[in-house]
Amino acid sequence: MLTLPELQRKSVQYRKDLLQLIKTAKAGHTGGDLSCLDILNVLYNRVMRVNPQTFKSPDHDYYIQSKGHCAEALFVVLADRGFFPKSDLQTLNQYGSHYIGHPTRDVNGVEQNTGALGHGLAVAVGIALAGKIDRRDYRVFVLLGDGELAEGSNWEAAMTAAHYRLDNLVAIVDRNGLQITGSTEDVCQLAPLDQKFAAFGFEVRRCDGNDVSDLVRTLEEVPFRPGKPSLVLARTKKGKGVSFMENVAKWHHKVPTDQEYSLAMAELEAAEAALK
Amino acid sequence: MEAALANLEVFASTLLELAREDSDLLVVTSDSRGSAKLAPFAKAAPGQIVEVGIAEQNLVGIAAGLAAAGKNVFAVSPACFLTARSLEQIKNDVCYSDRPVSVIGISAGVSYGALGTTHHSLHDFAALRAFHNITIVAPADNFETRAAIKAAAKLRTPAYLRFGKKTMPHLPRVASAFELGKASLVRQGNHISFIACGETVAPTVAAAELLAAEGIESRVISMHTIKPLDESAVLQAATETGGVITVEEHSVNGGLGEACAGLLLQSGISARFKIVGLADEHTVTGSQQEIFKHYGIDGPGLAATAKKLLSR
Repeated sequence: MLTLPELQRKSVQYRKDLLQLIKTAKAGHTGGDLSCLDILNVLYNRVMRVNPQTFKSPDHDYYIQSKGHCAEALFVVLADRGFFPKSDLQTLNQYGSHYIGHPTRDVNGVEQNTGALGHGLAVAVGIALAGKIDRRDYRVFVLLGDGELAEGSNWEAAMTAAHYRLDNLVAIVDRNGLQITGSTEDVCQLAPLDQKFAAFGFEVRRCDGNDVSDLVRTLEEVPFRPGKPSLVLARTKKGKGVSFMENVAKWHHKVPTDQEYSLAMAELEAAEAALK
Repeated sequence: MEAALANLEVFASTLLELAREDSDLLVVTSDSRGSAKLAPFAKAAPGQIVEVGIAEQNLVGIAAGLAAAGKNVFAVSPACFLTARSLEQIKNDVCYSDRPVSVIGISAGVSYGALGTTHHSLHDFAALRAFHNITIVAPADNFETRAAIKAAAKLRTPAYLRFGKKTMPHLPRVASAFELGKASLVRQGNHISFIACGETVAPTVAAAELLAAEGIESRVISMHTIKPLDESAVLQAATETGGVITVEEHSVNGGLGEACAGLLLQSGISARFKIVGLADEHTVTGSQQEIFKHYGIDGPGLAATAKKLLSR
């Protein structure tokens, strides 16, 4: 379990690992990866009870990444946590590799194959429901993109989560406000997400999804209310951590040029130095 | 042929038996327990049924999650909705993710008759055959239904089973063994072969009896497992008899018939061959029985098709 300063340093390290991975693979969902990295960092290094040894045990905490396109961020964190050797990621997107642009169960540490949007929450509800039926004390964390909340299947699953009083379910919305076309609010208004999830029976907390201390404070409090599923509305910045990528829709899945890569790494190294 | 129960009723009672033996067995329904004859199950095993409301995508996603946590899951809903609205959940959450969920399509084909195309499932074999990793089953009678449910409960891979609402006669059969992926020989004969599945096997037997009166001996095969296909049964039918007629309560496109045709063609076997199913058109209106008759899926219709094929 990492301390707050360790988590802060880890976030910068993950961003460097991520950009290196995307640069090598020549593909990746750069903006969304960067927006959700701090959430993944806090989950895997502080909050969730799971590691490579306990991953197959019936009592480990589950993580489902519904926004599957940000697989690179998950792979970086899983590699760092020892689920597989970091060198495996050199094969990302290569012919015959298990490491592709979305999470699959062929990768150690991945619970569910995702990639099509609007699927993760229902699967998480199923796992959480099984936990209640079997009286196990594991929790189920599911990361949702904000853009994917236009998929109606999310709201079907949300209704069921509340109906079965799944307080072992924690849904986290990576609320970066951008999708491939532009602002989520211009594409098809999502706001007010807090009120919508509350109306669907979730206990909702807002937090800064790029601030590890706020994330720790929030996620260590789950369940927010006994008998209700928890919803963390995590305000994030798409492209977080690299000044020229932040809040720019075109970085949804753009790969940095050599020059952009050097600039980005220089920024991250400066951030790293500032934390020492 | 002695009348028995609807396959759906046999499904529900078999499932209750299995649930009593396996506390990890769960049934998930989408406001479909009544249609699925599962009300007695819900009363007898209330802790083993999960209701998700009228939300088929949710039904299959939750079923996959329950299976991920070690449950033996039967996801039950009318076939028309289950294999269309939640097709992507079957594809990704179940098949691609290797979750051993039994997807149960009830009131399949044109069971709902005059309720119309919204309630018909004439696409399910075609759509699901293209998914890797799923076993597709359409049992013909109560015996096959019971055996198929028991086999599905033991499978550690995804399965799709579909049943109708109609009371089905007990079919005669040459051997009583049942195995998924292994065709069931209902009647022996060498003049012509019928390869049928689900509720179309019974009218095929009726056709065989009509043909027998005219000296034409039919081989009737219940191809209850559409995928994986029992290839040797199809190849033998084509090489040992004078022609092959496939019969299914499905569109003529992409189902059992085209699976057999593709196999024969790629095996270099040329045979007299006819696919009987529902034509590629807006389905005629009427009851299941009337629709079957319209498309020649009854004793006289199939007998006529056989004679025409043999005269070619």
